[in-house]
Amino acid sequence: MLDDKDRIFKNLYGQGDFGLEGAKKRGSWDGTKAILDKGRDAIVAEVKASGLRGRGGAGFPTGVKWSFMPKTVGERPHYLVVNADESEPGTCKDREIMRNDPHLLIEGCLIAGRAMDCRSGYIYVRGEFIRERERLQAAIDQAYEARLLGKDNIHGYDFDLYVHHGAGAYICGEEMALLESLEGKKGQPRLKPPFPANMGLYGCPTTVNNVESIAVVPDIMRRGGAWFAGIGRPNNTGTKLFCISGHVERPCTVEEAMGIPLRELIDTHCGGVHGGWGNLLAVIPGGSSMPLIPAHQCDELKMDFDGCTALKSSLGTAAVIVMDKSTDIIRAMARISYFYKHESCGQCTPCREGMGWMWRVLTRMADGRALKREIDMLFDVTKQIEGHTICAFGDGAAWPVQGLLRHFRPEIERRIDEYTRNAERQSAVQVAAE
Amino acid sequence: MANRRLAPPNLQPKEFAFTAENSAWAKKQIEKYPPGRQQSAIIPLLWRAQEQHGGWLPEAAIRHVSEMLGMAHIRALEVATFYTMFLLEPCGKKAHVQVCGTTPCMLRGAEAIFEVCKKRIHHDPGHVSADGDFSWEEVECLGACVNAPMVLIWSDTYEDLTAESFEKVLDGFAKGQPVKPGPQIDRQFSAPVGGATTLKSEKV
Repeated sequence: MLDDKDRIFKNLYGQGDFGLEGAKKRGSWDGTKAILDKGRDAIVAEVKASGLRGRGGAGFPTGVKWSFMPKTVGERPHYLVVNADESEPGTCKDREIMRNDPHLLIEGCLIAGRAMDCRSGYIYVRGEFIRERERLQAAIDQAYEARLLGKDNIHGYDFDLYVHHGAGAYICGEEMALLESLEGKKGQPRLKPPFPANMGLYGCPTTVNNVESIAVVPDIMRRGGAWFAGIGRPNNTGTKLFCISGHVERPCTVEEAMGIPLRELIDTHCGGVHGGWGNLLAVIPGGSSMPLIPAHQCDELKMDFDGCTALKSSLGTAAVIVMDKSTDIIRAMARISYFYKHESCGQCTPCREGMGWMWRVLTRMADGRALKREIDMLFDVTKQIEGHTICAFGDGAAWPVQGLLRHFRPEIERRIDEYTRNAERQSAVQVAAE
Repeated sequence: MANRRLAPPNLQPKEFAFTAENSAWAKKQIEKYPPGRQQSAIIPLLWRAQEQHGGWLPEAAIRHVSEMLGMAHIRALEVATFYTMFLLEPCGKKAHVQVCGTTPCMLRGAEAIFEVCKKRIHHDPGHVSADGDFSWEEVECLGACVNAPMVLIWSDTYEDLTAESFEKVLDGFAKGQPVKPGPQIDRQFSAPVGGATTLKSEKV
């Protein structure tokens, strides 16, 4: 288990004060000026050295992303945008940061802003997080009052930070859709390229980062990239917030070292799977977009990027959805398909039409009202969607269905057989017409 | 995609205007964005308009906000119909209950919450109860998965629900004395039931 002294999110459960006083006691805003004075190259180098990979799902190295920004500020200002549109089913980690330790994020924004020569930053909070948004705003107001942010602040680097919010569109967690939404339009993703580092918010160079990626930066700068890189495995470094939901005794959000075995994670912090480890059916390791992993592969599963990729899934946001043997796995996946049907922005035809199609077929399959050749057809359709849309939403909706077909095809066939058998039996019963 | 339409004309108020307080607030919001980019403020402004108008967004309010921001009316209408938190039809006066039905909540028993809604409010989502006080709808993941099942009512979440505790939440709104938001069981936010397994040694 990760040592308490190595934890970054020390107020994860809101035991202490979320505000400036509490945050300072926990070590925030300590020597921030010295960090900023190191200059942009030194900050980027330190974050690169830490091996930090983006915590929003894709796992792109944060320091490398920052280095894509133009080296000098031209006519167009640079923007930092923080993606707090946390909507991936299973994920509820950024919520805890915003309501219980917002100063980690605020200080991180200032440092990240310095590293990319941004003079203003926007935090895009999902619309449903109303209290979280109020907390974050209260913390930012404190920071302005203490002259930690804003014009002529005590750090000598002018930086403004604003809270913006959405109104219930999952797609706005996609960075290009988020920028569209922030510009006051429908959240429909733009084509890349141009990438946001060239043409982002208002056509200016922009970097979009996840809340957790930004919130760990102050600790990396204070304790050193080597400290962060020393936790976890090479290429999968640092600590991570895991959200474990579903069929465990005590669901919770917890900070752990990357690469912790799944079983240890569940047994140590969640009191085990309902009915014991043997009762496990499958887990979704990284939020609903990621393919599920069946129980027999879970024994050895290490919870980091490479560990999950080895099993044809992905760490995603590290939102572990646990399903025990009582789960109707086809129905659970059909519900995920319904989610994607509901949240598709409607821009690309394969996604707009395909999501509803997949959901309807899966719903029939859950009852067994399907033909066996439709299983192959469904797989084929997922492949037609994957990679054929503007953004990764299509991929994220196709993967969970592919995961289901990869690992639970016999269950689908069994249900079809059962339904057919019952249908034949029923047809033998002749009912007189009224 | 969700198919969303404005409420029929007979339900639409003729006019809408921000209160003085909200107008001042709106001006401050617009200042957050660079000059000429006032359109960025549309979601916060529509949201405030919805709050002012008892929880749902009439056509007149969309028009009012689009004029404030110097936008074409159709652009504001696009935004209002795209984002599902904008309710385009009237909702319950005392509580509009948004029940999360996505897989993590479904696994922990969201079905029982739907049953209570069907029994106490209306058989179908999106309809106001007979007394006009309550309405409910199924929404997609609200981001409190480790506290499933949960509902969002106005600005607050009610988490770790059972059919019984959810009934109490509804009772609270019916009486005008809402229960304390957050987990409805003995639990510190997202910490495991029975106390945190971490952060024991450090004083914070």
